[in-house]
Amino acid sequence: MNARVTASETKVDIRGLSFYYGSNKALKNISLPLHDRKVTAFIGPSGCGKSTLLRVMNRIYELYPNQRAEGQVFLDGEDILHSRQDVNLLRAKVGMVFQKPTPFPMTIYDNIAFGIKLYERMPRSELEGRIEHALQRAALWSEVKDKLRESGLSLSGGQQQRLCIARTVATHPEVILLDEPCSALDPISTAKIEELIDELSKDYTIGIVTHNMQQASRTSDYTAFMYLGELMEFGATEKLFTSPDNKKTEEYITGRFG
Amino acid sequence: MATIDRALYVRRKLGNVVFLILSVSAAIFGIAWLTMILGSLISDGVANLTPSLFTKMTPPPGEAGGLANAIMGSVMMSTLAVVAGTPIGLFAGTYLAEYGRNTRLSTAVRFVNDILLSTPSIIIGLFVYEVLVVDNGHFWHIGFSGWAGAASLSVIVIPVVVRTTENMLLLVPHTLREAAAALGAPRSHVIRTVTWRAARAGIVTGILLAVARISGETAPLLFTAFGNQWWSTDLDQPMSSLPQVIYNFAMSADDGWHKLAWAGALLITATVLTLSIVARSLSSKRS
Repeated sequence: MNARVTASETKVDIRGLSFYYGSNKALKNISLPLHDRKVTAFIGPSGCGKSTLLRVMNRIYELYPNQRAEGQVFLDGEDILHSRQDVNLLRAKVGMVFQKPTPFPMTIYDNIAFGIKLYERMPRSELEGRIEHALQRAALWSEVKDKLRESGLSLSGGQQQRLCIARTVATHPEVILLDEPCSALDPISTAKIEELIDELSKDYTIGIVTHNMQQASRTSDYTAFMYLGELMEFGATEKLFTSPDNKKTEEYITGRFG
Repeated sequence: MATIDRALYVRRKLGNVVFLILSVSAAIFGIAWLTMILGSLISDGVANLTPSLFTKMTPPPGEAGGLANAIMGSVMMSTLAVVAGTPIGLFAGTYLAEYGRNTRLSTAVRFVNDILLSTPSIIIGLFVYEVLVVDNGHFWHIGFSGWAGAASLSVIVIPVVVRTTENMLLLVPHTLREAAAALGAPRSHVIRTVTWRAARAGIVTGILLAVARISGETAPLLFTAFGNQWWSTDLDQPMSSLPQVIYNFAMSADDGWHKLAWAGALLITATVLTLSIVARSLSSKRS
């Protein structure tokens, strides 16, 4: 893993970000980069703000009133919190996979086609190709190729989560955010998703929130440790897990609290 | 184990038995009435279910006839009421659940809707009578007519559909909306393609419940559709309906009319029962 950590461009640059749920300050002056085509893991005890941080990057928090972000989040140099960029187009560029699998109540085929058809028009044959490709990238194609017309809800939990990843990949985003994508899955499904993350990181910038320390160390190039809404430490994963600078980080990764 | 207070234990067991007896007898009491109603409907209704019911008009006293005009009137006015009321109810319910969860407007709409939901239907009939039927010099006055009947029925449909639509949409997990929005789908697209679809069975059930509700309503039709003893599909003219014919015929002294009233009552009950069963099977089926 360490070999892959080389100087690379910054894809997402978070600067001085604070976040509020009503009057409750959930993020306190966070600054960190997400490097281009690298995996950045966010770890920390429950309620530390790691999911919140992820939810700022595609502005999904704006679905709810009373949630507010302050500071700057640059995507390719453009501040997404203050630019005039359409929020829906931003979300098409910054995909997100959630903790629980969220297949739409439609066929497997339509689940994937949903995102593609939002912003692109193409002949049916090309659409079918895109869907097959997305399912292959999510390592799901061989399991579902004969039942594309069946409901997405008929799949197992692990398959549903891979369907959601395929759905996100199919729209060709630039950044993929994964919010505890394996917390509802069994070990075999988890292993498959982790392989997938490794594979996807060749083409995409990935941010992953996880409670699983082994998962963070296995899958990521960089790790951010957060505690009580603050960024305690950020650095190359191997460095952070072997010789952390911060006492809190060390206590957390060795399991002394959290 | 600690020593058991025998007296206390016996009292608990006794309480258990009393509670069980109360529950069971209340259930039997309730179901008994329902069974008796259904029983008498079937025993008196089935014998009068003849083909002429669907081909002949409601007769003058002492003559043979059928319910064709009443069936047609009920079907036309109910259909119209549902076609007019469903979209309004659907969109209003969608506003309440999707757009205006905590706004002042939605609180007001929800409150008014709850009142409308429990308004006696005769009041709704009187309201439509005042607004549409009586000639107050307004250009929209249309007199006793099928249109007026359908209008008052649709006022009953709307709050039922609003309520069920809102409730069913609130049951859709928020993660589903987030997932669709996270792909870059605009709000209205999420609602149309994901949320509505996830709540479809429940919304359809609500519409069927509204149909069941209006198919038995008499009061709102008395002052609006008025009734018509001849065949008429002209919505500008007074129109017959099953509940109203049952009401008139059952109160009369004519034996032929009584029989038709029984047959009409059975028809309505069978229709509502069928709709309820369809609604149940739809809502229990997972998509």
